[in-house]
Amino acid sequence: MDTTATPTLNYLNNGHGLKSWLLTRDHKRIALLYLWSVTAFFFLGGFFALMIRLELLTPASDLVQPDTYNKLFTMHGIVMVFFFLIPSIPATLGNFLIPIMIGAKDLAFPRINLLSWYIYILGGLFTITAALTGGVDTGWTFYAPYSTTASNSNVILAGLGIFITGFSSILTGLNFIVTVHRMRAPGLTWFRLPLFVWSHYATSLIMILGTPVIAITVLLVAVERGLHLGIFDPALGGDPVLFQHLFWFYSHPAVYIMILPAMGVVSELVQAFARKNIFGYAFVAFSSLAIAIIGFLVWGHHLFVSGQSTYAGLVFSIISMFVAIPSAVKVFNWTATLYKGSVSWDSPMLYAFGFIGLFTIGGLTGLFLATLGMDIHMHDTYFIIAHFHYVMVGGAIFGFLGGLHYWWPKITGRMYPEGWAKFACLNIFIGFNLTFGPQFIVGYLGMPRRYAMYAPEFQVWNVLSTAGATILGIGYLIPMVYFTWSIFKGEIASANPWGARGLEWEIPSPPPTENFLVTPIVTHGTHQYAPSHEVGIV
Amino acid sequence: MRSALSEQQFPQYPAPVAIQPAPAPEHAHHPWLQHHFDNMEQQAEASTLGMWVFLSTEILFFGGLFMAYLVYRHASPEGFQEASHELNRFWGTTNTLVLICSSLTMALAVRAAQTGQSRKTQVGWLLGTMVFGVGFLGIKAIEYYDKFVHHHVPGPYFHWEGMYPKPAEQFYSLYFAMTGLHALHMIIGLGIMAVIAVMAWRGIFDEEYYTPVEVAGLYWHFVDIVWIFLFPLLYLIGGHFKG
Repeated sequence: MDTTATPTLNYLNNGHGLKSWLLTRDHKRIALLYLWSVTAFFFLGGFFALMIRLELLTPASDLVQPDTYNKLFTMHGIVMVFFFLIPSIPATLGNFLIPIMIGAKDLAFPRINLLSWYIYILGGLFTITAALTGGVDTGWTFYAPYSTTASNSNVILAGLGIFITGFSSILTGLNFIVTVHRMRAPGLTWFRLPLFVWSHYATSLIMILGTPVIAITVLLVAVERGLHLGIFDPALGGDPVLFQHLFWFYSHPAVYIMILPAMGVVSELVQAFARKNIFGYAFVAFSSLAIAIIGFLVWGHHLFVSGQSTYAGLVFSIISMFVAIPSAVKVFNWTATLYKGSVSWDSPMLYAFGFIGLFTIGGLTGLFLATLGMDIHMHDTYFIIAHFHYVMVGGAIFGFLGGLHYWWPKITGRMYPEGWAKFACLNIFIGFNLTFGPQFIVGYLGMPRRYAMYAPEFQVWNVLSTAGATILGIGYLIPMVYFTWSIFKGEIASANPWGARGLEWEIPSPPPTENFLVTPIVTHGTHQYAPSHEVGIV
Repeated sequence: MRSALSEQQFPQYPAPVAIQPAPAPEHAHHPWLQHHFDNMEQQAEASTLGMWVFLSTEILFFGGLFMAYLVYRHASPEGFQEASHELNRFWGTTNTLVLICSSLTMALAVRAAQTGQSRKTQVGWLLGTMVFGVGFLGIKAIEYYDKFVHHHVPGPYFHWEGMYPKPAEQFYSLYFAMTGLHALHMIIGLGIMAVIAVMAWRGIFDEEYYTPVEVAGLYWHFVDIVWIFLFPLLYLIGGHFKG
């Protein structure tokens, strides 16, 4: 069955011991280093989330004090956003697959790639130290002047953690951009690139253009706290709204750092499991770029109630709705690809379906919030919590898990138990919707975010939400167990267990250290599930 | 396993990619060619593009500060003018000249490596660049010391004689943030120059391999250019209204 003979030497057994991993320059090994570390941060952030949900089981603040509660949601936000959602897909799957998908032996700068992992770990240590030595209570947004003057928690330490991690993100994006520009195999033109690569290219643009702005912003917060430079604090003559502008100039596009790679994964999954070429390849590719570009023009919708002018609010409201156009292009093109496809219901495809559903809900509720008048009603309520969890968390995690299942045989050379995978997917989907679905309602009814206590009439929705969070938490643990099991006991995977297309499926599983023994020459588009004359792709 | 079934149900179309052996390299492997590049041109192009992309992130990094300057200068132009007048324009101008000279020596260092001149010439121009860089930082230190003595450093000890103490403090907040960040880039640049100079002394640069000098040069010129914007913004604008 397996036409490609499994070579005895691959990237996993080519070199043993801790040193061969910690000093590796192989993009595949660095991807695995990232996989372990983002997973660790994910469960750390999940622990904070569970504490928050347990506290909100009752209207009173009986589990933790309000002060501790503030620190819990701050650390949950910081860890999840900066240490899980942003690096999750690009640093693991992107790192592993981009060189292979474009027929290169490695990323353009292997040493910088390893450096970016160390920077990520260093930033993580700063943030964990901040959490262990008293925590931070500013919220993950560090709004000035509270963060610069009023808060007496570890703002500088946590800020430096984010500052340092930002460099990791910048270097990863830089590496991807140069690799895609300069390392493509002969014959692999831009319009033969897999959509996964296109989405990572767009993501990298956001990483290199947005991240430096938040880096300087948190640095200014740190020097304002430490040296009393007056940039944001009104008492020192500064302007806190400027902080919000600079912060959201990165942090809104950051949502697309989390969602675009997941969209790339879904584009691959939909093609592989419907056995059809994507409908409208160029539209899907360009919609990634369009989302990246428009994403930079909409940050002001976070400032509707901050005192910016009505005119500015109006403009940001309109531009925000433009993001819906390329997003809808993607959803419609995935749907059109599924139409009359031979769809098979393997677990990666279930995650792709989950993604499309959750992203649609999250995206449509985003339109509510982009509407100036509606936002004033729902600002800082649980409606917005539910909205951004559907987009960021639902999107990134379903894309991440779907991609991880799909490429797991390629990464490890082993299959995972399909029945368990389907069960876990269902579990996560139900748990997710039960957690965040009620929050739309309770937010619309007026429950504000960031309080340890709430009015008793909201309790029923919070109990539902906490129950969902429990199911969700268990759902996340199941893949941990069977993935670990499959590394040792799983069925040996062939080079192409899904019968999918793409350069990564033409090399052995797991791949050899140099990916390709000879440089491939690409003669048509890499993802062809039908003859090229039928689909009009060169 | 799923594949056996699906191969029957769905006929495989001709493989979308042909893995064929690439043409063998025509000339011998250069000792500084890394294993994952096909040839020296690809390696050099990747490095230069990488540095340009990095510099675009640097523009945005400074961009946040330029934005802050724009906002606050707009809010109180008179205060900024008054505060700006206290900066030492002589030292600022001298520093600008010093930096331009360092850019010249840097460009000559790149050219020396590119045209395969002797390693002494290469190291000479690089050391010249470093001397100008250190000179710049020395003059900056003199200016900082002067501000410190006159209590113009923002914070609890800030003291201002003029009409606009608040905007003046703001101006000096931005002054120290911007020139401080710029000076930090200069210090990093000096470290890079030291490494490049050692490499040049070992004689590894020639007509075929000079990318590290070129890329370090790009960085150095960028840091210069930032100063070319900082100097008029901080020292010169509005100067003609007073003295």
